[in-house]
Amino acid sequence: MSATDISMSPAVRDFAHRHRLRWWEPLPWIVAIGFFFLFPRHLGIGTEILVTILFALSLDLVLGYAGIVTLGHAAFFGLGAYAVGMLAHHGIWSEPLSGLVIAAVVAGIFGLVSGLILLRTTGLTLLMLTLCMMLLLEEAANLGQTWTGGYDGLPTVPIDPILGRFAFNPLIPDVQYIYILCVLFVGFIVVRTIVYSPFGESLTGIRENTLRMHAVGAPVRKRLVICYTISGAIAGVAGALWAQSNAYVNMSTFSLDRAATVLIIIVLGGYGRLYGAFIGAVAYMALSHYLAKIYPTAWQLGLGILLVCIAMFARNGILGMFDSLVARLRGKRVGP
Amino acid sequence: MTASLLEARNVGKTFGALIAAADINFRLGKGARHALIGPNGAGKTTFINLLTGVLTPTSGQVLLNGEDITAVAQAERVKRGIARTFQINRLFRGLSVLENVYIPVAEQLGAAPSMFKPAGMRKDVIEAAMALLEMLKLQDDAGHRISELPYGRQRLVEIAIALGLAPKVLLLDEPAAGVPSAESHIILDAIARLPKEIGVLIIEHDMDLVFRFAERITVLVGGRIFAEGTPKEIAANPDVRAVYLGQATHGSHHG
Repeated sequence: MSATDISMSPAVRDFAHRHRLRWWEPLPWIVAIGFFFLFPRHLGIGTEILVTILFALSLDLVLGYAGIVTLGHAAFFGLGAYAVGMLAHHGIWSEPLSGLVIAAVVAGIFGLVSGLILLRTTGLTLLMLTLCMMLLLEEAANLGQTWTGGYDGLPTVPIDPILGRFAFNPLIPDVQYIYILCVLFVGFIVVRTIVYSPFGESLTGIRENTLRMHAVGAPVRKRLVICYTISGAIAGVAGALWAQSNAYVNMSTFSLDRAATVLIIIVLGGYGRLYGAFIGAVAYMALSHYLAKIYPTAWQLGLGILLVCIAMFARNGILGMFDSLVARLRGKRVGP
Repeated sequence: MTASLLEARNVGKTFGALIAAADINFRLGKGARHALIGPNGAGKTTFINLLTGVLTPTSGQVLLNGEDITAVAQAERVKRGIARTFQINRLFRGLSVLENVYIPVAEQLGAAPSMFKPAGMRKDVIEAAMALLEMLKLQDDAGHRISELPYGRQRLVEIAIALGLAPKVLLLDEPAAGVPSAESHIILDAIARLPKEIGVLIIEHDMDLVFRFAERITVLVGGRIFAEGTPKEIAANPDVRAVYLGQATHGSHHG
């Protein structure tokens, strides 16, 4: 059978085209830019959501695609935040863009080294070890007072103007918002390119059946460590953005609370689908933000109920629910 | 005997006091069609694990093309041309049939580590995968997920993944296991169409399949080779009949 015949098969066409831009993919970016102009007074929560999306994307790469179950992803977030924060606070380096690169390198190296050790394990052991690793870092931040500011963190993180021109505005974070949106876009392109590549396909293979991947001769652990390193670097950038935009760093960047929240976000949005990070972060953060306003005492109850519903009725998160709805309407199957 | 492609020399494996394989001498020639039979617990799957490097033998050697590969790891043996299927499906269940075959082909063609070019633009990988699916008559299922396929077709994907590695040696561990008899002919057809140059070793309980397929049969009992020969010799061997074929409810008419 010739090549032309093969390319006419719908399955081949779907697969060959799946990395192409779909019509709705510009939507999140249009919404993000629209938000900037429509809600100038809410840019604070806006920047926080953007940082969280980038963090969640990095988690989606390891959890959603490679199937690495981690409860310690804030280790990378905190490393990036502290790397940028300590350099700036101690007057060593405060240029923001190169600061992001430094954060990525620091977090990436930690991902590589810890990955080589941790990724020998799976499942519950891995979950515990990633958690321990993060808590050790948190404790290190607590103890290294001279450098990290200890329990109180670093109260000031001075940052130079972006590209030497655009200074951060402490009152209205408009520069921060655009800056973070641009970095998020770059981070998204990186993750998107990886997941649609043959490397990304092999990560899904590892997620779906690790033993079979060994049997087809794939260097499973090497792939996982590479993936973990890249994801760590991206999470480090997210942490660095957090430190830069908030102009302080504290131990909350390393906290279990943060690691658990990002996990919830990716489950809520739908893991292994790229846009789950967007939907999950917006849904979770907007909801907690406004529920806290309406019911200051019991807002977490609302989130709890939502999570129970997702866990019981929509295992693939909000996007998964949406997919099966579309599939039902069209009366046919839709891929993940 | 032709030059052997895969050879086991005095291979033994013990788990504590349990002897799973003892003193196995076995040769698989290029293009061979060889069956390994034996009662349950005879050590057939253990033997496959020893050949593929999942297990390391306690004693003896495994050779590929005359080269000692006893110490070579599983992944490297795959690269050198040993592929296997599993008795119980080990598929990428959430992925499409095409993706299931894309993954091993990408490994084999060295495309898998690439991060920058989209998977869908590796035409060479897709074409090789589709050619394989066509050979196994799975091309119309290429877009379906594994969970949407009947079990017999899932078993074919199991074979397709192994073939995607372009093996020199293919080890089939009970390819028809669990397949309803109405569907089992598609497995038979597929096995009959395997590329001639591949040396195939099949473990199978279905004697119809074994006698139709095999040019040589090795009988394994209690981790030891009990008998070896052509299907005719094996079927006529009274000891084998007593130990093994006598237990099978079907297949005795081949003798």
